[in-house]
Amino acid sequence: MSTDQLPEHPDFLWRNPEPKSSYDAVIVGGGGHGLATAYFLAKNHGMTNIAILEKGWLAGGNMARNTTIIRSNYLWDESAAIYEHALKLWEILPEELEYDFLFSQRGVMNLAHTLGDVRESIRRVGANKLNGVDAEWLDPEQVKELCPILNISDNIRYPVMGATYQPRAGIAKHDHVAWAFARKCDELGVDIIQNCEVTGFLKDGNRVVGVKTNRGTINTEKVGLCAAGHSSVLAEMAGFRLPIQSHPLQALVSELHEPVHPTVVMSNHVHVYVSQAHKGELVMGAGVDSYNGYGQRGSFHVIEHQMAAAVELFPIFARAHVLRTWGGIVDTTLDASPIVGLSPVENMFVNCGWGTGGFKGTPAAGLTFAHTIATGTPHKLNQPFALERFETGALIDEHGAAAVAH
Amino acid sequence: MLLISCPNCGSRDETEFHYGGQAHVPYPENPAGLNDREWAEFLFYRDNTKGAFAERWLHSTGCRQWFNMLRDTVTYDIQAIYPMGTPRPATAAATSVIAPEGATK
Repeated sequence: MSTDQLPEHPDFLWRNPEPKSSYDAVIVGGGGHGLATAYFLAKNHGMTNIAILEKGWLAGGNMARNTTIIRSNYLWDESAAIYEHALKLWEILPEELEYDFLFSQRGVMNLAHTLGDVRESIRRVGANKLNGVDAEWLDPEQVKELCPILNISDNIRYPVMGATYQPRAGIAKHDHVAWAFARKCDELGVDIIQNCEVTGFLKDGNRVVGVKTNRGTINTEKVGLCAAGHSSVLAEMAGFRLPIQSHPLQALVSELHEPVHPTVVMSNHVHVYVSQAHKGELVMGAGVDSYNGYGQRGSFHVIEHQMAAAVELFPIFARAHVLRTWGGIVDTTLDASPIVGLSPVENMFVNCGWGTGGFKGTPAAGLTFAHTIATGTPHKLNQPFALERFETGALIDEHGAAAVAH
Repeated sequence: MLLISCPNCGSRDETEFHYGGQAHVPYPENPAGLNDREWAEFLFYRDNTKGAFAERWLHSTGCRQWFNMLRDTVTYDIQAIYPMGTPRPATAAATSVIAPEGATK
């Protein structure tokens, strides 16, 4: 498959400035969420004297490791609202950022393999429609029509009994998304500072007033944490706890193949999700490794399970080869929903807990988190995702619904 | 794949075990006296340590017994395995090596 649809890009998309001694706001974490937050702070709130601090290289954490699936077919109103807003932003961002990141609305199918799955799926299609999210229920023949390589026969352990389908969902090229945001941030005056690790925070009473880094101390009025798997480590430095557990999440790609897979297929029950990247690799992922881990790697039996599931659902994949497997660190919460809002420390804000599904939420995370940082109060879309929900009990329990697999 | 030494059965593959999360989290002594914040702490807040972490494991397909394990969450090295109800053993906390990001890509 040719690669000539990939856009060319110039050698340098952003500067590499030295950190200044003070900024109006500092974003910790130069992944998708940090970049999107800085972009919306500059664009929507006129805050351009800001910096993104990234301990490694730009977008080298989970932004480089996810399986790039974008969808908004979540069950609960709060989730549907924020993820659908994200999807609407994905639809306009290539033009707004003036950078084509190959957002391909090829649809996402969530397969049902049991009667329980079928009931849950049909319920979710209904809920999605009421929330203005495009959703359809497909019977196995319709599934086969949209994705001919899927095995819908009865002689497998968990036959395909149907699927939900969101036509506007799809995939995007994750690196290009990061570069698109980074370029615009840089144009707007945001300092993107790589190889700058936060080692502590300066506080005046309970108010954050600065950030200690391996490249010196930076004074700032506001701090936004966008550090995904390392959110707990940063929170501990700042003196508070988060209800988050960090787990390894693995993914893999095959070697390049001719286009065989026209859409995105996810199965929570046999647990694998598969799409085919623009270049031709089959991209697969599944669930997290069970244990806590910061090692950016997991156990091989997790890979083995997802490949077994993939081969059962897609018999032609049996002769494909694994080219590469890798892991990222995902920040999971017990209700499988993110935390975006204020923190117990004044002028410090948290955006974390996106777990295995942060990529699709990138634009909405950025938009709402920027609003929260700039105004000191949550945007109406992220208000339900406050840290307080673990005390009030107003959880947004996406575990049994749409969000088991991302 | 972790190779875990069950105290009763010996060395077995990780696939025989289930993870039980942070160890040494006691049920509140006076549940009725807890406020919402304290309940949230007990239900939803657990340590998320980067480094040596005391955690529970269950040998589900073997002896079906719980035990505690001290494991480094960066290197995944198992540092100690000890019975439920006994205190966390002292460790060389400095054994945790901070792996360079992306080194395992």
